[in-house]
Amino acid sequence: MYKYDEFDSRLVTERAEQFRRQVKRRLSGELSEDQFKPLRLMNGLYLQLHAYMLRVNVPYGMLSSTQMRKLAHIARKYDRGYGHFTTRQNIQYNWIQLEQVPDLLAELAQVEMHAIQSSGNCIRNVTSDQYAGVAADELEDPRVWCEIIRQWSTLHPEFSFLPRKFKIAVTGSPNDRAAVQVHDIGLRMHRNDDGQAGFEVIVGGGQGRTPHIGKTIREWLEPEHLLSYLEAILRVYNQDGRRDNMYKSRIKILVHEIGADTFRELVETEWAELRDSELRLPQSEIDRISACFAPPDYPRRADAKTLLDSQAAARPDFAAWLHSNIAEHKVPGYAIVNISLKSLAAPPGDMTAKQMVAAADLADEYGFGELRVNHRQNLVLPDVPQEQLLELWQKLNTHGLGTANIGHVSDIVACPGLDYCSLANARSIPIAQEINARFQDLDRVHDIGELSINISGCMNACGHHHVGNIGILGVDKKGKEYYQFTLGGSSGRDAALGERTGRGFPAAEAVDAVESIIATYLRLRASDERFVDTYRRVGMEPFQEALYGAA
Amino acid sequence: MLSLMPQIVIANSLADGFVVFLTASNGWSSRVRDATVAHDDADAEVLLRSAKAAAENNLVIDPYLIAVELKGDAPEPTEYREYIRVFGPSVAIPSGQ
Repeated sequence: MYKYDEFDSRLVTERAEQFRRQVKRRLSGELSEDQFKPLRLMNGLYLQLHAYMLRVNVPYGMLSSTQMRKLAHIARKYDRGYGHFTTRQNIQYNWIQLEQVPDLLAELAQVEMHAIQSSGNCIRNVTSDQYAGVAADELEDPRVWCEIIRQWSTLHPEFSFLPRKFKIAVTGSPNDRAAVQVHDIGLRMHRNDDGQAGFEVIVGGGQGRTPHIGKTIREWLEPEHLLSYLEAILRVYNQDGRRDNMYKSRIKILVHEIGADTFRELVETEWAELRDSELRLPQSEIDRISACFAPPDYPRRADAKTLLDSQAAARPDFAAWLHSNIAEHKVPGYAIVNISLKSLAAPPGDMTAKQMVAAADLADEYGFGELRVNHRQNLVLPDVPQEQLLELWQKLNTHGLGTANIGHVSDIVACPGLDYCSLANARSIPIAQEINARFQDLDRVHDIGELSINISGCMNACGHHHVGNIGILGVDKKGKEYYQFTLGGSSGRDAALGERTGRGFPAAEAVDAVESIIATYLRLRASDERFVDTYRRVGMEPFQEALYGAA
Repeated sequence: MLSLMPQIVIANSLADGFVVFLTASNGWSSRVRDATVAHDDADAEVLLRSAKAAAENNLVIDPYLIAVELKGDAPEPTEYREYIRVFGPSVAIPSGQ
């Protein structure tokens, strides 16, 4: 993991102290709410439906067990004993008291964490592949580049007042698990014809009320030019992005309005000035950051597949968990373990302090003290010896963390919705929980196979409903909650925006609608075809027929 | 619509951020049953003015009027958004495990 240097530590500590003084001035009445609001937002502090909400950055989803224990401590000491992991690999606390925030931030700084730039019109937390550094299919570790971007973008003076927020995602694997095509900038590592690794640069993707799949403006970028090229893009956006209407201020609107070709030309012109500036990354700097992500010293282990097969044969539940929650590790004898935060017991992504401590302890016991947060609101233990999987699974189960549903129907992504969020028009969590309750039979869940359901409680699409295989959008219709459906969305390499099925359904009928969509899929699928592939093959019509009757 | 309904003033307390209600003694309470109820628009305007003064004095943030029904012990908001705001999330707070 990246360890803070003196500069990072000072910055974070001083920022926490600065905010302490600002809070003091607010509480004394020296600052009005209008004056204070931008300051608190710069530190991740929102005012939500019930209370202040603090969003803490988890840089590209990486957590040490020490940090996780601190997050648990904060949940207990400053909140109501739980936290919510978000679709941007961060954590949010829902019941934070303003007067306690300075102490909270000081505690976070002790473990190299903060909430700077987790809100506001600036470059937000860089997100990445939750399997970074351990995935069998990986070309290069994307965290090196995430960290380089993090350092460049933190308090970047030129980009502190962008037209709107700005999100960058990086994947180092051809199987995109970081949703790079639906970010303001998506970076995808791949090899050029000479076999050299570089970045495809994708710009102008995003969700919200005007969803777009990003456009590739450069097929291959030499890594040493990463920062100068990003700077050129941000400069063009900062200069030309709309500021007259917040709903039209994201870079996707600019790219869409002027066209990707014109946008590319503007960037290339800007880049010509910047490429050989001090932003050109010296190899020594790339090496310095790479060293922080050097693989741990893996004790040699034999492949344990035969052992796992025999263990699984005796325990169908364990077999199901292995099937859905384990991903292939690059080192023989090891496995990547996904911890589902989608049990029936809590809203999607929510975790109690007790569970956080348990996960941290398991990360130490069955790995190298590391955890990851993914953008589907689950956690990952990256380095588990295969022969210890059964033991780990049993322990996870005692903490309610062993749900075998990753990538399946009950692994639902949901924003906090109207239960917590002041922007929401409808609730998300109860719909997620009802769907989850309806699909509790593991055999059925696994028979349905790979399927993503994403729920947002408003047009802002924090639940990423546009890219869910089944997307659900909550709307307010004359004072009642209604749910509109989209089908066929995907955030992977085959990224696509879902298409609307038609009129929405009242809350009481929403789960039946999901059942009906899934029954249609099961009826039409060819052998082991995934939901999204069946949808792409047969189109919308049979699903509409099931939902609304024959036209 | 609003004017036909009884109304109360809702806000967030500045220091802790929690939802509070304007009371008959011009104070703020976290319990909705302590809220003072305006039965017509003129009364509601008086309440809102007093609440805005409290916001100016940095006691609360963003006070506004909500329509309520008077049934049982406490006023109940008529809109579901405000209902959730008053009574808390409609889903259980994670605990235990």
